[in-house]
Amino acid sequence: MTSVPLLTKKDFVTDQEVRWCPGCGDYAILANVQSLMPDLGVARENVVFVSGIGCSSRFPYYMNTYGFHSIHGRAPAIATGIAATRPDLKVFVITGDGDGLSIGGNHLIHALRRNENLTIVLFNNQIYGLTKGQYSPTSEVGKVTKSTPFGSLDHPFNPVALALGADATFVARSIDTERAHLASVLQQAARHQGAAFVEVYQNCNIFNDGAFDALKGEGAGNQIRLEHGQPIRFGPRLEKGIVLVEGAHLEVLDITDAREHHLLVHDAYRADPSLAFMLTRLALGPEGPTPIGVFRQVQRPVYGLEMQRQIDAAVERRGPGDLATLLQGADTWEVP
Amino acid sequence: MRTKTRQRVDHVTIRFAGDSGDGMQLTGDRFTSATARIGNDIATLPDFPAEIRAPAGSLPGVSGFQLHFADHDILTPGDAPDVLVAMNPAALKTNVEDLHPGGILVVNTDAFTRGNLKKAHYAVNPLDDHSLDRYQVFKVPITQMTIGALKDHELSSKDKQRAKNMFALGLMSFMYSRPTEPTITWLRGKFASRPEIAEANVAAFKAGWAFGETTEVFAHTYEVKPAHLPKGRYRQITGNLALAYGLIAASNRSGLPLFLGSYPITPASDILHELSRHKQFGIRTMQAEDEIAGICAALGASFAGHLGVTTTSGPGIALKTEAIGLALSVELPLIVIDIQRGGPSTGLPTKTEQSDLLQAMFGRNGDSPVPIVAPSTASGCFDAALEAARLAIKYRTPVLLLSDGYLANGAEPWRIPDVAELPDLSKIVQFQREPNHDGDFWPFLRDEVTLARPWAIPGTPGLEHRLGGLEKEDGTGNISYDPENHHRMTEIRAAKVAGIAHDIPPLDVDWGEGGGEAVAGGRGYGWGEGAPSVLVIGWGSTYGPIRAAVRRVRAEGLEVACAHLRHLNPFPSNTGEVLRRFDRVIVPEMNMGQLSLLLRARYLVDARGYNRVRGLPFTSKELEAAITEHVHEVEGGLRQ
Repeated sequence: MTSVPLLTKKDFVTDQEVRWCPGCGDYAILANVQSLMPDLGVARENVVFVSGIGCSSRFPYYMNTYGFHSIHGRAPAIATGIAATRPDLKVFVITGDGDGLSIGGNHLIHALRRNENLTIVLFNNQIYGLTKGQYSPTSEVGKVTKSTPFGSLDHPFNPVALALGADATFVARSIDTERAHLASVLQQAARHQGAAFVEVYQNCNIFNDGAFDALKGEGAGNQIRLEHGQPIRFGPRLEKGIVLVEGAHLEVLDITDAREHHLLVHDAYRADPSLAFMLTRLALGPEGPTPIGVFRQVQRPVYGLEMQRQIDAAVERRGPGDLATLLQGADTWEVP
Repeated sequence: MRTKTRQRVDHVTIRFAGDSGDGMQLTGDRFTSATARIGNDIATLPDFPAEIRAPAGSLPGVSGFQLHFADHDILTPGDAPDVLVAMNPAALKTNVEDLHPGGILVVNTDAFTRGNLKKAHYAVNPLDDHSLDRYQVFKVPITQMTIGALKDHELSSKDKQRAKNMFALGLMSFMYSRPTEPTITWLRGKFASRPEIAEANVAAFKAGWAFGETTEVFAHTYEVKPAHLPKGRYRQITGNLALAYGLIAASNRSGLPLFLGSYPITPASDILHELSRHKQFGIRTMQAEDEIAGICAALGASFAGHLGVTTTSGPGIALKTEAIGLALSVELPLIVIDIQRGGPSTGLPTKTEQSDLLQAMFGRNGDSPVPIVAPSTASGCFDAALEAARLAIKYRTPVLLLSDGYLANGAEPWRIPDVAELPDLSKIVQFQREPNHDGDFWPFLRDEVTLARPWAIPGTPGLEHRLGGLEKEDGTGNISYDPENHHRMTEIRAAKVAGIAHDIPPLDVDWGEGGGEAVAGGRGYGWGEGAPSVLVIGWGSTYGPIRAAVRRVRAEGLEVACAHLRHLNPFPSNTGEVLRRFDRVIVPEMNMGQLSLLLRARYLVDARGYNRVRGLPFTSKELEAAITEHVHEVEGGLRQ
């Protein structure tokens, strides 16, 4: 048991004025994270928040922990250096769709495949906010913005699919306004051993307002809540379900008594990521059926711990390094 | 068997040249090792193509290794070889022009086939057309003799042929009276898991030796007596190995565990390889996904309380630029090592150059000063790594260390230092443990002398704070867009780095015999009659060629002073004073005039460059000619 004193949400709030636009989804995520910190049971001084550049990346300034607001796209790389050298720390990466998937896409996928001990939270608002409204790598095709007055041409990334493709060991999605759901997903992510990736749909009320409305509110038609061990069903009256057709693809169908036992039962712990990946492909965006919750949670050796293990093994085998012996080498001669 | 005459010589330069697949680097390395054992001073110059295996027998595929050894202290790998071993026509063609007239040329006649001659663009076999008459040519069927020596060995004919470099090594070892045991012991250790290969190589090596001993072709053997080096225990070391050891020493002497974030790049990868072998020192090495991740992970490690290091070459520095700016903005220790190579762009990956000085100095957005240290010899890389660590830790700043391809791969003897005499870096680490401002922690409240900010690492209760690349308020470190604050912070960052000038040794001038001498107290220099009016000043790996050239100029009775910079930013505090004492300042550099630009801008002196970018170190001969011309010009001008 750790002897962490009981903390409250207040202990994680800094004296810095929060500078997001009024109505921004980031406020809800910040409040949620601040609330969940006391429950993690980690001393405040052992928590580090690392971010890149973008609206979401201001996050560390508002967390009363150690923090590093770095450069565009590089948060996963900087956080890797922290986590790899200090397995005793709880390291979060806060990033956005531009920061994490455009300029920093390379670092994100490598941090995930390496399974570094990081909780990576990607705020996806499908737009560039800080640079005032250009389309992002998650914007839908045809997006009209200042930089794409005739509509964007490029096909968007699906962040959850990307993370699964990078063999991430924990992959989840939630929504800024779904307070309880977000808290639950973040708790699970923060407790995961290894790299945890959480995509949070976050509303940018200035440049891309309402992007996720189809998934929000009572009876939101397109929101599918994934729960491990439960049949996958959704709709205002849970009248729809997901079935695996011919073992090859997923289909949505209306549930009748006869069909209920055919519904796909969600298995987050499945070693093979194919079914989780199929779940990400039900629709291209929130306009279609969109699962939230934990897609995948498996165990794999953690990079920083393995690094420590190699060091321990070397010390065990050869004894702690002796500088004089090293410098001496095997092949020397004496000049009298 | 006729008795050979043994001739004493004071220094010899040998070049082994062959196809990339002929094992010339290994041959040179082994000859160097045996030579170091005798106690000769040595300097080496490996010179190989960027391609791993260019087409066999082709001109671009030639790989060479030059070794200079002597009974006195030497400064360069030798301008031109006295002996050339050419394993094929392409090696002959690309190297023979460098051989001194009258020099010894050993050729492997078996490789002079029609096909190989054609690949080397020889219309006529040069062994037959008298074009080599000015050399002492020794035609040796090295391949056939190697295969003959191995006739009882159970090996494929291809494997037997591969041992021909050991035959050549045996022959040269005989000619230059090198001991055989180190090579034999080494071969048996190297191929311990394949004894049949080890024994074949030993047999080929012995056969080469025996051939030299018994054949009447070689009338002389040569002997180079040990050099009078300072007393102590020595080993051979390359610049990259010395850097790796220097980093381990810095970690050991500071108590900070070492973290290396690096991406493979020629000619820096050896440092990553070496550090990866020594995990018992608590060293963490990470082969990152790219250059940017390498430096960012290192910076993250520094933030977490480790000694963060990244190693690369010029193209990698270009990619790391933004992260270096972040490191200097958040003021965390970080060592950035650049093993310079020919540029721009991919340039000449395996060749040496000094053309990243201005990139190191200015290659960032904003006013962003970074200390720069530069080793001048292979063994000096060890001290440079410790010095870079000292500055990084003490001043909480990224430090650029500029080595180059020549230092990286060149070997020389190194007097092994006593660990207890290495600088103690633990005192300057000083992690912040307590609040520093009325019960609060202000991450940018500085040390009044060094201007360094406190280093508080995660895990320290009560000192939770946030760092970032946005401008920070002086003291609190909070984000600040205040105009005056930004100006003040820019000045502080500059002053912090400039202040290092008071923490490094003054520029030392070698005045030559009967020249000036340092005035007591180090406040200035004076000199007597006939003191030099010309100064040659350099930095980095040109140290050897410059010193060798200056010796030659002085041997001709001319007066010239020389000095070498080991800190490029800031310059030593007396640099301007030194420069202004001379009528002429010459700056030889393997770039188009980067240090001379800085000296001109900073000190308003008419620094004259000698600039060549051939991918090879300067020869002392060319520098001698350039310096002599300047001395004559200045002295002629003064007489008028």
